[in-house]
Amino acid sequence: MAKLTIREVINQTIHAEMERDPNLIMLGEDIVGGAGTAGGQEAIGGIWGTSAGLFDKFGAGRVIDTPISEATIIGTAAGAALAGKRAIAEIMFADFVGVCMDQIYNQVAKFRYMFGGHSTCPIVIRMSYGAGLNAAAQHSQAVYPMFTSIPGIKVVMPTTPADAKGLLTQAIRDDDPVVFLEGKLLYGVSGEVPDGEYLLPFGQARMAREGNDVSIVTCGQMVMFAEAAADAMAKDGISCDVIDIRTTSPMDEEAILDSVENTGRLVVIDESPPRCSLATDIAALVASKAFSSLRAPIELVTAPHSPVPFARELERAYLPNPARIEAAARKTLSYR
Amino acid sequence: MQLPRDALLRAYRQMKTIREFEERLHTEIAKGEIAGFTHLYGGQEAVAVGVCENLTDSDYIVSTHRGHGHCIAKGCDVKGMMLEIYGRRGGLCKGRSGSMHIADVSKGMLGANGIVGAGAPLAVGAGLAAKLDGKGSVSVAFSGDGACNQGTTFEALNMAVVLKLPVIFMFENNHYSEHTGADYAVGSKDVGGRAGAFGMKVLKGNGCDFFESYEILREAVEYCRAGNGPIAVELDTERFFGHFEGDPQRYRGKGELDRIREQRDCLKSFRAKVLEAGLLSEEALNEVDAEVATLIEDSVIEARVAPGPLPEQVLEDVYISY
Repeated sequence: MAKLTIREVINQTIHAEMERDPNLIMLGEDIVGGAGTAGGQEAIGGIWGTSAGLFDKFGAGRVIDTPISEATIIGTAAGAALAGKRAIAEIMFADFVGVCMDQIYNQVAKFRYMFGGHSTCPIVIRMSYGAGLNAAAQHSQAVYPMFTSIPGIKVVMPTTPADAKGLLTQAIRDDDPVVFLEGKLLYGVSGEVPDGEYLLPFGQARMAREGNDVSIVTCGQMVMFAEAAADAMAKDGISCDVIDIRTTSPMDEEAILDSVENTGRLVVIDESPPRCSLATDIAALVASKAFSSLRAPIELVTAPHSPVPFARELERAYLPNPARIEAAARKTLSYR
Repeated sequence: MQLPRDALLRAYRQMKTIREFEERLHTEIAKGEIAGFTHLYGGQEAVAVGVCENLTDSDYIVSTHRGHGHCIAKGCDVKGMMLEIYGRRGGLCKGRSGSMHIADVSKGMLGANGIVGAGAPLAVGAGLAAKLDGKGSVSVAFSGDGACNQGTTFEALNMAVVLKLPVIFMFENNHYSEHTGADYAVGSKDVGGRAGAFGMKVLKGNGCDFFESYEILREAVEYCRAGNGPIAVELDTERFFGHFEGDPQRYRGKGELDRIREQRDCLKSFRAKVLEAGLLSEEALNEVDAEVATLIEDSVIEARVAPGPLPEQVLEDVYISY
């Protein structure tokens, strides 16, 4: 066990996997940085530092700085994967998928199905996502519901350093295309990480807290807020399950239903806006499959139906927070 | 015209197969036999065959919505394709691709594509894989005068130059992007010239002449195999059919279709040239015609009665594991 940040874990995992598999390549904007400048290569190592040192170790053939061309970053990764490579494509901010969505949802996600099961496209599309850094409407979005709704891709969002290692290793070795979402607020989170090879299967939620009174289901950056709310309520003798879904596609429906069958109360926390969201998806799941277990209406704590705002006050109002989560949980307890 | 007799016969057979495949689909679709949207390649055969006769199974192509010709030229099984277009269980893609997404990755055919302009970035990726593998393989992005207006095509042209990849950007200028003239939609009126502006060599020629198309592509493929980076080719060609089957083609000039079929038919010109030069006999060509006619007839008969996919197969192959 070593204590590492998520940023360090992602970097070390890519190093380890590129070493293990000479067929693995990585490409993206400024993942090396400095090409064509007086300062020279390896000026940045990725804007989050997650690709530091890769270029020096694996060279320009496998660690590829691209022009600012997101559609062709994904297309290049996908074409190389169809032709037998394994690729990590980095989209600097998840919001930029707006310019490469065709390659993700019409191409990568559908190849295997359209081609009659005769192809594989093993790529990991890594991207930073989420609000909290006052980066405003085009650098802050929580895009996972959009990806979760697309058949043919898997969607992964780790919240602890150990999970980041296990899930990224699995994502890279997975033969299906994977969207790997890295919360901007989580890069600096540190924790114990298992040594050596460590893989986590997709579709298995993590119980971040265990309790009997309320089930709080969430993912990504919202897990830490849910934990804070649960810890605060624990002081008043209210115990909560906090379920970190970890992968929204495939999703561990069993863990959610089991928890609600025990507690009878559900609060879903979602960083994305409320319509056609993960919150509505999970609410529908529980309403249709565990209706008789419910002892109170389902509470949804989500972002509002608005773009992500810039000003500190507005962004604070936009994001779910521990106080809102606690209020929602207490509301389910006070029902009837 | 230095091709040996076998190669000439093969090229003719490939072009004739594409033509008869498309003419037959045109008839069967009009009868209501086939579901969905179909875009026929007839008229452009000398391009697909001129390209693919210079390639092997180790080379890659990425195709378009008008992809049947590219598939056949790259070696996809003709009966498997017919079954696929009829939506049959035994089709090349199990009845999931239909006309617009046929692929055979084992032949280096990385898919027809329903999205105009989506192919060039994928071809760049296959070119990257080819370069990393270092065995001299090349990748071809088939695009039209329509796709040349998509930003993805510009991105791909630039990326291929920046990374110096063995990619051939094969622009088939058939003068129509769907129902709109290239004279209107291509601002510069110069498809190949645009590729040149990204810093690559451009070759242009008559895509209705197999021999010209073949020679230009031979030069392009050799250039890429030698590690010189990407190259663009623009071939002027003709679309004998509408954008899709059922298109009334009101945008055509008076007598245009008759004229291009009379004056710009690559099969007619091929026959005339090889007969005049004494390279192939009339009998040999007629024999190929008969073989092709039988193949297409058999494919349709088989496809008509073949079983469709089972409803429970709807969830097959979405993922490898989920």
